Amino acid sequence: MTDQITTDPSRPAERMRAGSLSLTVGPWIIAALALLVMPFIFTSNSALTIMNQMWITVIFALAYNMLLGQGGMLSFGHAVYMGLGGFFCMHLMNYIEDYGLAFPLPLLPLFGGLFGMGFAMLIGSFSTSGAGTRFAMISLGVGELIAACSVIIVAFFGGEEGISGDRTYGLPFFGVEFLKQIEVYYLISFWLMLSALLMYLFSRTPVGRMANAVRDNPERAQFLGYSARWVRFYSFCASGFFCGIAGGLFAISYEILTEENLNAASSGVILLVTFLGGVGFFFGPIIGAIAFTLLQTVLGLQTELWAIYVGALFLATVMFFPGGLAGLMMMHVPAYKLGKAGGLVVPYIKTLVPAAIGILGICALIEMIFHYRHGATGDTEMTLFWTTFDSHSILPWIIAAAVALFGIGIARATAPAMKEAWDEANTPGGAS
Amino acid sequence: MELILVNIIDGLVTGLLLFMLSAGLTLIFSMMGVLNFAHASFYMLGAYFAYQISVALGFWMGLLLAPLIVGVLGAGVERYGLRRVHQYGHVPELIFTFGLALLIEELVQFLWGKNQMPYDVPEVLNFTAFAIAGNSIPAYKIFMIFISISIFIGLLYVLTKTRVGMIIQAALSYPRTVESLGHNVPLIFMGVFGVGTALAGVAGVIAGPVLGTFPGMAFVLGSIVFVTIVIGGLGSLWGALVASLLIGWITTFAKSYNILMSDILNGIGISTPENMSENIFRDLWSITSPQIADILPYILMVLILIFRPAGLFGKRES
Amino acid sequence: MKKFTKLGAASALSLIIGASAAFAENIKIAFIDPLSGPFASTGTNGSHQFEFAADYMVNQKGGVLGGTNFEVVSFDNKMSPKESLIQLQVAIDQGIRYVVQGNSSGVANAITEAVEKHNKRNPDSRVLFLNYAAVDPALTNDKCNFWHFRFDANADIKMDALTDVMAQDETMKKVYIIGQDYSFGKAVAASAVENLSAKRPDVEIVGNELHPIGKVKDFTPYSRKIVASGADAIITGNWGADMLGLGKSVIENGFDGPIYTYYAAGSGMTAAFGESAKGRVRLISQGGINPIATEEARATYKAFKEKYPDGNIDQSRIFNVIGMLKTAIEAAGTADDVVAVANELEGMEYDSMWGGKLFMRPQDHQLIQDMNVGVHTDENIEFDYDNSGYGVLTESTVEMAAMDSPTTCKMKRP
Repeated sequence: MTDQITTDPSRPAERMRAGSLSLTVGPWIIAALALLVMPFIFTSNSALTIMNQMWITVIFALAYNMLLGQGGMLSFGHAVYMGLGGFFCMHLMNYIEDYGLAFPLPLLPLFGGLFGMGFAMLIGSFSTSGAGTRFAMISLGVGELIAACSVIIVAFFGGEEGISGDRTYGLPFFGVEFLKQIEVYYLISFWLMLSALLMYLFSRTPVGRMANAVRDNPERAQFLGYSARWVRFYSFCASGFFCGIAGGLFAISYEILTEENLNAASSGVILLVTFLGGVGFFFGPIIGAIAFTLLQTVLGLQTELWAIYVGALFLATVMFFPGGLAGLMMMHVPAYKLGKAGGLVVPYIKTLVPAAIGILGICALIEMIFHYRHGATGDTEMTLFWTTFDSHSILPWIIAAAVALFGIGIARATAPAMKEAWDEANTPGGAS
Repeated sequence: MELILVNIIDGLVTGLLLFMLSAGLTLIFSMMGVLNFAHASFYMLGAYFAYQISVALGFWMGLLLAPLIVGVLGAGVERYGLRRVHQYGHVPELIFTFGLALLIEELVQFLWGKNQMPYDVPEVLNFTAFAIAGNSIPAYKIFMIFISISIFIGLLYVLTKTRVGMIIQAALSYPRTVESLGHNVPLIFMGVFGVGTALAGVAGVIAGPVLGTFPGMAFVLGSIVFVTIVIGGLGSLWGALVASLLIGWITTFAKSYNILMSDILNGIGISTPENMSENIFRDLWSITSPQIADILPYILMVLILIFRPAGLFGKRES
Repeated sequence: MKKFTKLGAASALSLIIGASAAFAENIKIAFIDPLSGPFASTGTNGSHQFEFAADYMVNQKGGVLGGTNFEVVSFDNKMSPKESLIQLQVAIDQGIRYVVQGNSSGVANAITEAVEKHNKRNPDSRVLFLNYAAVDPALTNDKCNFWHFRFDANADIKMDALTDVMAQDETMKKVYIIGQDYSFGKAVAASAVENLSAKRPDVEIVGNELHPIGKVKDFTPYSRKIVASGADAIITGNWGADMLGLGKSVIENGFDGPIYTYYAAGSGMTAAFGESAKGRVRLISQGGINPIATEEARATYKAFKEKYPDGNIDQSRIFNVIGMLKTAIEAAGTADDVVAVANELEGMEYDSMWGGKLFMRPQDHQLIQDMNVGVHTDENIEFDYDNSGYGVLTESTVEMAAMDSPTTCKMKRP
């Protein structure tokens, strides 16, 4: 495995786009406005909690993508940097409470970031000398070590039950004591905007640009006089810093940190999140984090089988859209620029709507099999898509199977037309 | 003294079991450059299939059929999944196996439920082979050692002494050249992947009765298989064997003897602090070797990667 | 593009969270435990028992407060403290005022702290936390609060009762203690050492060690040490795969004394132990199943088996939770004012159908109850586990165990 881990070695042109989004102010203002307005649309505390979780994951995923997407470094133990930053913040929070220090809570994540960066410097000093398997395996080893330590070293990590604190003992910040979820929401949103902007700007600095170069061809970068190792090291430390900020926000939002924040499962999840969103684009991880949090938390409320669907979604994404959700969106940019995107709408509806219905039909069948096998004796009623029916009678099975076959059948029949429309929309020239 | 002998045998069993998993993985890794995260899931599938077959046809048919089914499944995954993803690069491949591992675990729960399966050692082998100072060695363990060693010898023979083995070895290093010589390299890849997963299946079949057959069995195994092949050196069968045995013995001995961290620290001249409850390093002093036995391989791996990146027996730098 | 995604995500949120607000008339109980992942089996079995208990004991008998039904709403916390807190918030927003949870003291600790903070910060939507299985002693000692009630005996009480029974065995000279390396395992070990040295100073503790939780693939090295130490008995607080792995391994490797445990039954474990552990594995629990205490309990168990042929009532205290909650709500005359309900629960005396009297100690909200020590066997078993023919037969009972044990709890009442 001597070659670099990149998103798509066969298509260098597309990879280049990672750093070449034009610096326009528009998207940032829209994003900031959206963050401001969201709590007025969704006022419930649970919606706020879920959105807090989303934005924290967004920061973490963006920081992770500084390595994976921009630097070509695959880390299997990145939860450690976020977790350590969070643990440090929690200790700081308790210290403030115990000694009654005048310390404004909104500054806390900064210290989490510095701690995360400090640890990243320590590990990066020996792990960044290579990018491929070596870096990946060292990150795996370090991740496992820290996760194991979290149960053994009780003084710092608090063992199985973790450490907890109370965010309301800090110095009131302009009269805000962070008693309410909404106050925490705006704090997290502020840090989200700030971190995202800083990370974006980092990708435009010479170091950020060189990270791309080192990812694609380390030898050439070396010939240009840049040390590939130092470029990786800087990216790694910067990523550690933003992970630490996410950890600090986690400490504020949940007021508890446990072994879960450090273990391999969390490290794996962030890799999946980032990839689902798309590593080739700056905004990919944002989409991935939002989609994954919704899948995990909201789909998890609906069905015990959520993990099956998530697993299947990942397989489908990686097999058919290796650019992730962001890649899928950006595929449409050429058509849009040619002014032909409108021609795609009708073929899309003709194919994708039946396909979606067909997939829902398959999901219904899966849920019915599950209910049939694992439901209680006598408990034959089940509710699916707001309809209650008897899972032991034949009719619902026929309907679900028919819907699935019909949906997929139509989608298959209309797929060639969609392909044609796609090719047409991407061909420059006169409108036909 | 007798206990040392017993521990050597136990460590051998653990190590050889690990070897059966890592042997397939190291071939797959060096061939495709992909960390197959689903490898342990095939091990789990082996155990579940064998259990299901053993209910109907008995343990021995399970031992025979389950690895075959797992191998065919593995080859199918390579043919219809990985080969497609291969063109996109290594990270997508890795995510693919990641998602596959997630999906297999869920499917196993879907099909067999969430409880432990009553999959047991066959009656013929359910006796004590011999005892060393009161420590009985079950006959099943001897059987496990026997199976693993015959597989190792068989693999070594095929890879080094047969024509097929030569082609595989060549295809691992120079796929393009081998292809231009007229060999069907994709078929070789598929075959190696199938055999590798079948080996994981064998490990599952024989480990299921002793280590338990439950949906978390792949998760418990975790990433230790990758650690093994990295320590041994990628693509080296001997390396995989030596690293497996090393890990088997290190963890077994660390668990069997209570070596205290405070003794070690005292031994190198650091005295135990007076006021333990105030000291922030208090947990460091109370660590015992069984507590950290399972993370020792990770420490070993990080050290090896720092000082000898090619692994113990590897020829190339990773 | 980003805005669209956010809007889409947001509408999905409101749709799903809003969808379940329609049935406000039921008294809803949030069940927050793992329903997916490696620990799903205990969670799923627990959720079945809660649903059955609510239906059988309350709804089919006319409900509470003149016809209101109990409704158990299951939330999958994936055994993660973070997810548990999110699900707790969702449950509170759905108007749920009663939360039950039991698997993992780590999660219980996260929930009890979150509930305390929530009740302090939002006095108009307070909730009660009914803990049915998390046994870390700290929850009713240093970390106790008014909103938390524990219906299982804590690890100290169980060990006290267990060592009472062990102390009667005159032939026992050497004991080996082994457990999982986390708060509960450590609590069990500390309590075992303390109780044994007080009750049987002549017994030597030949080993006391912890192993990583959920990570041990093969217990053989530990078994070797246990056999080599010449122990006559083993004490362990292990649960799940760690319990089964340890138990099978020590028996296989030639240990022939009794194994005293907390959680060595049900969830497939009894079936997997089978013949090999007969008369060897003993466990401490409340509410004996064999012999069954009352005709009511027999009818209940049979009704449960009819509904869930593959299930077990391995956590009979779940029926106590539902029964006591029902009584408290009736006495308080309201289900909305949780302070009134909590005041009724405090100090409540209740006759359990599984035998014996229950008493919710007001000082620390720890339920005091009879503790049984049972043995894994296939003789005289009326209700087996896992349909294996094997079950747990009660051998001895400690009445109202640890009734006046000390507590460090300083309860702050609203």
